[in-house]
Amino acid sequence: MATTDKEVKELIKREYEHGFVTEIESDTFEPGLNEDVIRRLSEIKQEPEFMLEWRLKAYRRWLEMDEPEWAHVDFPKVDYDAISYYSAPKKKEDMPQSLDDVDPELLRTYEKLGIPLHERAKLAGVAVDAVFDSVSVATTFKEPLEKAGVIFCPISEAVQKYPELVKKYLGSVVPAGDNYFAALNSAVFSDGSFVYIPKGVRCPMELSTYFRINAANTGQFERTLIIAEEGSYVSYLEGCTAPMRDENQLHAAVVELVALDDAQIKYSTVQNWYPGDENGKGGIYNFVTKRGACIGKNSKISWTQVETGSAITWKYPSCVLRGENSVGEFYSVALTHNYQQADTGTKMIHLGKNTRSTIISKGISAGRSSNAYRGLVKFGPGAEGARNFTQCDSLLIGDRCGAHTFPYIESKNKSAIVEHEATTSKVSDEQMFLCRQRGIDPEQAVSMIVNGFCKEVFKELPMEFAVEAGKLLEVSLEGSVG
Amino acid sequence: MLSIKNLHASVEGKEILKGINLEIKAGEVHAIMGPNGSGKSTLSQVLAGNDAFEVTSGEVTLNGDNLLDLETEERAREGIFLAFQYPVEIPGVSNLQFLRTAVNAMRKHRGEEEMNAAEFMKLAKEVSKQVDLDPAFLKRGVNEGFSGGEKKRNEIMQALLLQPKLAILDETDSGLDIDALQVVSNGVNALRAEDRAILMVTHYQRLLNHIVPDYVHVLAGGRIVKSGGRELALELEEKGYGWLGIKDEDTSN
Ligand SMILES: Nc1ncnc2c1ncn2[C@@H]1O[C@H](COP(=O)(O)OP(=O)(O)OP(=O)(O)O)[C@@H](O)[C@H]1O
Ligand SMILES: [Mg+2]
Repeated sequence: MATTDKEVKELIKREYEHGFVTEIESDTFEPGLNEDVIRRLSEIKQEPEFMLEWRLKAYRRWLEMDEPEWAHVDFPKVDYDAISYYSAPKKKEDMPQSLDDVDPELLRTYEKLGIPLHERAKLAGVAVDAVFDSVSVATTFKEPLEKAGVIFCPISEAVQKYPELVKKYLGSVVPAGDNYFAALNSAVFSDGSFVYIPKGVRCPMELSTYFRINAANTGQFERTLIIAEEGSYVSYLEGCTAPMRDENQLHAAVVELVALDDAQIKYSTVQNWYPGDENGKGGIYNFVTKRGACIGKNSKISWTQVETGSAITWKYPSCVLRGENSVGEFYSVALTHNYQQADTGTKMIHLGKNTRSTIISKGISAGRSSNAYRGLVKFGPGAEGARNFTQCDSLLIGDRCGAHTFPYIESKNKSAIVEHEATTSKVSDEQMFLCRQRGIDPEQAVSMIVNGFCKEVFKELPMEFAVEAGKLLEVSLEGSVG
Repeated sequence: MLSIKNLHASVEGKEILKGINLEIKAGEVHAIMGPNGSGKSTLSQVLAGNDAFEVTSGEVTLNGDNLLDLETEERAREGIFLAFQYPVEIPGVSNLQFLRTAVNAMRKHRGEEEMNAAEFMKLAKEVSKQVDLDPAFLKRGVNEGFSGGEKKRNEIMQALLLQPKLAILDETDSGLDIDALQVVSNGVNALRAEDRAILMVTHYQRLLNHIVPDYVHVLAGGRIVKSGGRELALELEEKGYGWLGIKDEDTSN
């Protein structure tokens, strides 16, 4: 159920309020990664032995792997030894002491997004309360969820409380050795969310998490695992933000979704990590592996993402459609501005009979940015009667940006059907003139035109997120005209 | 109201307007006729501030203020409205949202409260009926898939909503069937007011049966070559432009 804007703000606020685990003020790990670091991390989190073993195995795999270079992005090599792999709460003295100490540009953005004042302070890292990097935001509305039998908790808690579920499903969709960043995440993931929806349960509310990165030189490695048992339904929202910093920060998350027979998972993301400044300085490297497995028949997984942030985005939320009649969906808006680079898309792997998938991708490029869609649609030999529909649209603002489309199709089944549509358009001078002739500011005009372009995706978002997404586009597009 | 003095404008280095002089007073309706390519749309676009066109000399004032110094959106807020000869589509942006954004931009400029969605919906429905457009068009994307005639009615609906001081109508009558012509004419006549001026470009004298102008001007080769009253249009219809000594090269260049 969609809640109102105000309720959501309340919810966000409360999440932050409840989210702070009071821990003794321990410090951030020394930069660098080795087995001792992983042992210490596991120990702080009081993990069972199996978890430590799992991490170490992943770490050893990672050491043997090479950073991928095939994406259409360009950046200096990440120095993995310069990153700290765990950051406990900051000392209050190290934070800005009041909103006056915070970059006004950042505050203006928060204001535009309609984030309440007290919340802005927290997001900006003001020492009003403890702010966490690697520790998950805790859950709200515990009670109604517990009543329904839904488990929604930090994954670190799940490791301790529900080790059997974790053992069974962690890494079952994205194995530790899946790719370079997934391996790194498996070795060092700090926290994230765990969701379990029991058989036949429709989760009574939308579950949401806000992530943020605060500490400098810290990597963020969340791990999210969602399991929807037979006939269950859940809608999960994820928001991301990070303060501005001159240096680049690494974010390598892994999300795994598992849908059993007749289960449905809807996963929505609004990603607004710091994109760097207008000269391309700073910003988040967002290297994320998201994958859902439709194991059961008639199951369905939908990914909806609005990606406006990050200096570099490397992200392909995918669906493995194993169950008969299972459905995968991917709705994406990716906006790049200034010097941002995005290489994003999806993989739809059809293995079961009559599996169906839909891909709607909207890429918007402004400034000197580069925006690539990369998608794979694959039909295994057993994918009798499977179908995919892909629509891939690019919108260019100005003439110094780039849009690229890399669709890959592999079919081992002759009965499978693929439809592919692609368009590239520009925000035309005529459209701009029409809007301005009607008294509309150029910036508002661009944002309106871009919002119109994204409509098919926005309508997939839960209502309050759609509002936020629209505002985000407006903020992200600032300075893209004139 | 509007005063144009010796206006020269060019596009891509080519001079199109070669010294236009025109005075329009509040309450008046002026019709501009002239051969294809003579610069009628160019004049309309230049007045509205389309920066694809370069004003090389001359002066334009609106109620004494220099119009050429203003940005397009500022001119719009001062009351210049252009009904386009070829309205563009904005896919995915609903007509309703577009119009409300426009109306609110104007209201904000005038220091008035913005209209909320419900209030605006009510107003827009009324106005859409005035031009015989099904309110369903409000939900569709701006001009998206509209027929030629629907686009023109949509333009007049916008004029009625925005209540400009000077409405420039560029061939709003072309492509309309007989009934639609009547509807659009009624809309334009509804716009006529003491404190408003209308400048309409047309090829057809029949429009002027519906909307009776105070003045008719003939634009050829980037200049106004003849001005007169309502009867000038009738004369033109009878005798053609050749009668005014307009040569072929004027029309093509
Ligand atoms: N963007 C442009 N680039 C090049 N030439 C242009 C451009 N816009 C207009 N012109 C030229 O300017 C001249 C005048 O065009 P304009 O559209 O003003 O004519 P018009 O009088 O409105 O004609 P019509 O009756 O056919 O609508 C034409 O020769 C046209 O080709
Ligand atoms: Mg014309």
